[in-house]
Amino acid sequence: MSRLTPPVGPDDHAQGPADAPVTLVEYGDYECPYCGEAYPVLKAVQQAMGDQLRFVFRNFPLTQQHPHAGRAAEFAEAAASIGRFWEAHDLLYEHQDALDDASLVAYAQLIGLDHAHLRAGFEGRYDEKIRHDFSGGLRSGVNGTPTLFVNGLRYDGPRDVESLVETLRAAAAEPA
Amino acid sequence: MPETSAPAGVLAPGQPAPAFTLPATPDQSLSLADLKGRPVILAFYPADWSPVCGDQMALYNEILPEFHRYGAQLVGISTDGVWCHAAFAAERKLHFPLLADFEPKGGVARRYGVYREHDGTSERALFVIDGAGAIHWSYVSPLGLNPGADGILDALDTLAAKNGAGVAP
Repeated sequence: MSRLTPPVGPDDHAQGPADAPVTLVEYGDYECPYCGEAYPVLKAVQQAMGDQLRFVFRNFPLTQQHPHAGRAAEFAEAAASIGRFWEAHDLLYEHQDALDDASLVAYAQLIGLDHAHLRAGFEGRYDEKIRHDFSGGLRSGVNGTPTLFVNGLRYDGPRDVESLVETLRAAAAEPA
Repeated sequence: MPETSAPAGVLAPGQPAPAFTLPATPDQSLSLADLKGRPVILAFYPADWSPVCGDQMALYNEILPEFHRYGAQLVGISTDGVWCHAAFAAERKLHFPLLADFEPKGGVARRYGVYREHDGTSERALFVIDGAGAIHWSYVSPLGLNPGADGILDALDTLAAKNGAGVAP
């Protein structure tokens, strides 16, 4: 069974209570169409689970296949530096058809990320963090995007709202 | 990695890796002997273009730098022909050789114990071969499941530890 290494920690981007009974980790690529398909599903899952769920996003950009994935990840990490990671994450998944540099500059303005912060991201300030996410994913058995982990174990089941909520509720009910 | 029931006959750690020479492009061939002295990752996969394979080869393409830190060379092998491989590699922008185990069909896959007689393709099988040409690790994945890279990386770690070799940072 593929297991999440390293475990979720303070450097991760998380939504939901840190002591939620179940943690869902997504390894994702902002330009990956399957991640784009999963985006509204995961939103609905979060809604259904409420404060029973902590959701974590880690970077797994497949930059050879997706020319804008690296820059998009840099943009989101730059947004994280001003506390706007999730706004950036959502904007990217809601506009997967426009991830070129000019679009990223426009999204930066939308969320109040100034040019200096964005430029620092584009120049590689957060590349170490992105690389760290990526390598951790490889070691954890990430085999494509999106790959999901439920309480640290890779989830290979169907990715529809009902199946996911059922799995997460079952995981939440298990004694820790 | 999940446990799988490997087909009988798949070569196991400690056994010598059978030598082979296969076409890598329409006018070039590659021999296992050419790669001696460094670890080799042999990735047998059923076919170019099938979605799971595509993801697996695309993933490995993405992490070539990780493999290179161990000095390891990655080689993909399927029973597809050279022109098919050439189109697939160009479309997916793959930066490692794909060998055509095409004539005699699956000849190399048979020698490694990973040929699927009824399908005319190989298993989805991974081998890590040490610099001296012995199999260090082998793994057969369920056909439809992309095995990822954690098993390969763990095998490269144990190989580097055995040889007392460092891994580039």
